[in-house]
Amino acid sequence: MDEATLTRTLPAQRDLRGWLGDRGVYLALALLVAFNLAFTANFATVGNLRLQLIQVVPVAIVALGMALVIGTEGIDLSVGATMAIAAALLPLYLGYGPWVAIPVALAAGGVVGLVNGGLVAFVGVQPIVATLGLLVAGRGIALVIAQGRLTELFDPTLAAIGTDRVAGIPITVLIAGAVAGLVGLVVRRTTFGRRVVAIGGNRGASVLAGLPVRRTLVVVYVVSGLLAALAGILDTARLSAADPSFVGLLIELSAITAVVVGGTPLSGGRVRILGTLAGALLMQLISATLIKHDLPDSTARMIAAAIIIAAVYLQRPRVAT
Amino acid sequence: MDEIETPTPVLEVRDVSKRFLGVVALDRVSLDLRPGEVHALVGENGAGKSTLIKVMTGVYQPDEGETVYLGQPVSYTRPRDAQAAGISTIYQEVNLVPLLSVARNLFLGREPKSRLGLIDTTRMHRKAAELLAGYGISVDVRRPLGELGLGIQQMVAIARAVSTAARVVIMDEPTSSLEPREVERLFEVVNLLRARQVAVLYITHKLDEVFKLCQRVTVLRDGRLVHTGDVTAITRLRLVAAMLGRDVAEVQAHGVTSFGEEHQRRDDRPVLEANGLTRRHVLDSVSIGIRRGEVVGLAGLLGSGRTETAKAIFGAQPLDHGSVSVAGRPLRLGSPQAAIGAGIAMLPEDRKAEGIVPNLSVRENIVLAALPALTRAGFVSERRQDELVTTFISRLRIKASSPDQPVAELSGGNQQKVLLARILCLDPKVLILDEPTRGIDVGAKAEVQSLIDDLAGKGLGVLLISSELEEVVEGADAVVVLKDGAVVGTLRRDEIGEDRIMELIAQAGRASEGGADG
Repeated sequence: MDEATLTRTLPAQRDLRGWLGDRGVYLALALLVAFNLAFTANFATVGNLRLQLIQVVPVAIVALGMALVIGTEGIDLSVGATMAIAAALLPLYLGYGPWVAIPVALAAGGVVGLVNGGLVAFVGVQPIVATLGLLVAGRGIALVIAQGRLTELFDPTLAAIGTDRVAGIPITVLIAGAVAGLVGLVVRRTTFGRRVVAIGGNRGASVLAGLPVRRTLVVVYVVSGLLAALAGILDTARLSAADPSFVGLLIELSAITAVVVGGTPLSGGRVRILGTLAGALLMQLISATLIKHDLPDSTARMIAAAIIIAAVYLQRPRVAT
Repeated sequence: MDEIETPTPVLEVRDVSKRFLGVVALDRVSLDLRPGEVHALVGENGAGKSTLIKVMTGVYQPDEGETVYLGQPVSYTRPRDAQAAGISTIYQEVNLVPLLSVARNLFLGREPKSRLGLIDTTRMHRKAAELLAGYGISVDVRRPLGELGLGIQQMVAIARAVSTAARVVIMDEPTSSLEPREVERLFEVVNLLRARQVAVLYITHKLDEVFKLCQRVTVLRDGRLVHTGDVTAITRLRLVAAMLGRDVAEVQAHGVTSFGEEHQRRDDRPVLEANGLTRRHVLDSVSIGIRRGEVVGLAGLLGSGRTETAKAIFGAQPLDHGSVSVAGRPLRLGSPQAAIGAGIAMLPEDRKAEGIVPNLSVRENIVLAALPALTRAGFVSERRQDELVTTFISRLRIKASSPDQPVAELSGGNQQKVLLARILCLDPKVLILDEPTRGIDVGAKAEVQSLIDDLAGKGLGVLLISSELEEVVEGADAVVVLKDGAVVGTLRRDEIGEDRIMELIAQAGRASEGGADG
């Protein structure tokens, strides 16, 4: 109601809140790990850690793209559907070999991003509306492509990507790590990364500063689409089955949660890559912990919801004098 | 209601101190407001004016000192409580809801209700129209507020605050977006309040207003009270000196603005030519030529098309037709990128909405427009970036704790300097400055004015827009006068004067409606 009351917070409170909004995810993660070390049987085993990492890969990859989109004050709801489209395309093109099928599936993600980005940047549709369309239509398209079926895949290369390890680390985890490093570098050091946060911080000013605002927005959504497709491919490879009905279902919510919990505000203007990874890991560990302690998945969702609300609360605008 | 007849203050702050993270914003400041006076509060940006009014209205709690209202010590924790008690504040930025109607905005939170508890729209519209008519405004009160001009929005904000039977009205630079005609009306309203024994605290950067409207004046500098007393007992010069903390003699040498004499033009070829800029209902065949080393002023009332002309040249305002050329080369219109590429740089009018990127640091804000030149293979060259930033921070004397400080934490004057640095590091041929000194303190203002002189001296062409006539008159070598989106006259050198500009505006047909944005 009254804007002034929102900004009345005392400096000391503001600092603590600011710190929690920024870095609280690491604290939460540390606490959760400590809890598990103390109370969960077989938590600190190589097998378990590996499992947790494998399971977090799709969310982490999708969240990295989502972080860029949210950094521009946008949002991409179509990522789960994009994963499904990529998964549905794989079996169709595996006949030409995995090195044809994988690029085709990635390209499909790029096309989805192009449509989203075009709607947002050139038509001026609000991101939530623009990407909602493909959230709804995308999975339908995937099911049409796959004729509504789950298809088992017998491609050794794909299976190797999905399940092999290098030096004890699963290949999918290495890929996710490489993607995170790349996106982090882009955000920190490149002109493109600077443009992303400038557009999210003040789009009008970015236009007048001569930044290629539209092109940047399109690229951001294309990157998000490509990463979603990559996540869909890796998930399919791990399961050795393309399941367009369920692959990436509701992943947009997990990804948005990971990003926001990790310290990237929904209002844009900032991108936290390490925070996003920590956020994804936190969400994964919460559900794993609850399952280990025989609590139902529904409880995990409620806890996730509480964490989102807390994160958004901590990130309310701080300086508005 | 007895106490309002006595000379005792209606609102008083005593020895108030406020610190933010160790930085002293207010240092034992005392101030009293008497019924029936207009009390000016002046000072440079960062002097503590905003903090003081926020302490008075319960936005901030003071670290030390007390607030006394109607003889009782009070401690408001919410602005709403202060408002309910009779202390109304009109902030510099209009704090209203653009999508709601004028009437809804006027009565927000206290709408007249019908017997069923629903909003009595008919009565609300009638009362709203009456209320605004009292200020000489006739608009359709059912229209969304956002469709009206900034000036009218400001008057609505005032009408809203003042109609709540206030004992104290605090106005934070109320005239900063008003047209002269509306300023006159505002003064009438302020005098009306005074006659009603309301105490008005009037924050302003404009000396004319202090002497025209106020009875007492208080000067803050660096969080401390440096002067308080009757307006009749102080000269303009002493007041400026108190604000700046300088010697009277020194200020005398500087004059009213910091512009020097005429600029020496290096040659007569135009560096910028705009021809027949036309946009239906906005601009009507506006043509402007600027030579190297020349400052061309763009004068006119709010809504005359000054900002639109500037944006059209820069490619940020759609046009039906028209052409712009820079140093003889035609410019592709409609693209700020192309304009920047051709050597045009623009300082936007609205610092907050179109200028600073608040979440980014001073460094990142300065180099924002220059990024393409700092990029090697997609990466930002840190070394060249830091060189530029260091150069401009010292050249423009930007006061920031470090280049890493978020720009949102800087004072208005320093934010403006950051934006100037942003466009200057593009090494432009033509500068378009839209209200370069609006809302910044006297010191920064003087620095910006000298900078403009300096740049023109170096051969840049400058298009200067300012609502302060003396700035255009003293700073420009030629003045183009706009009215209703069309050029009504061009004054050169000796012809330039405030009277001539106002004559031109007055001559050309009827007075403008005042409904459009400036």
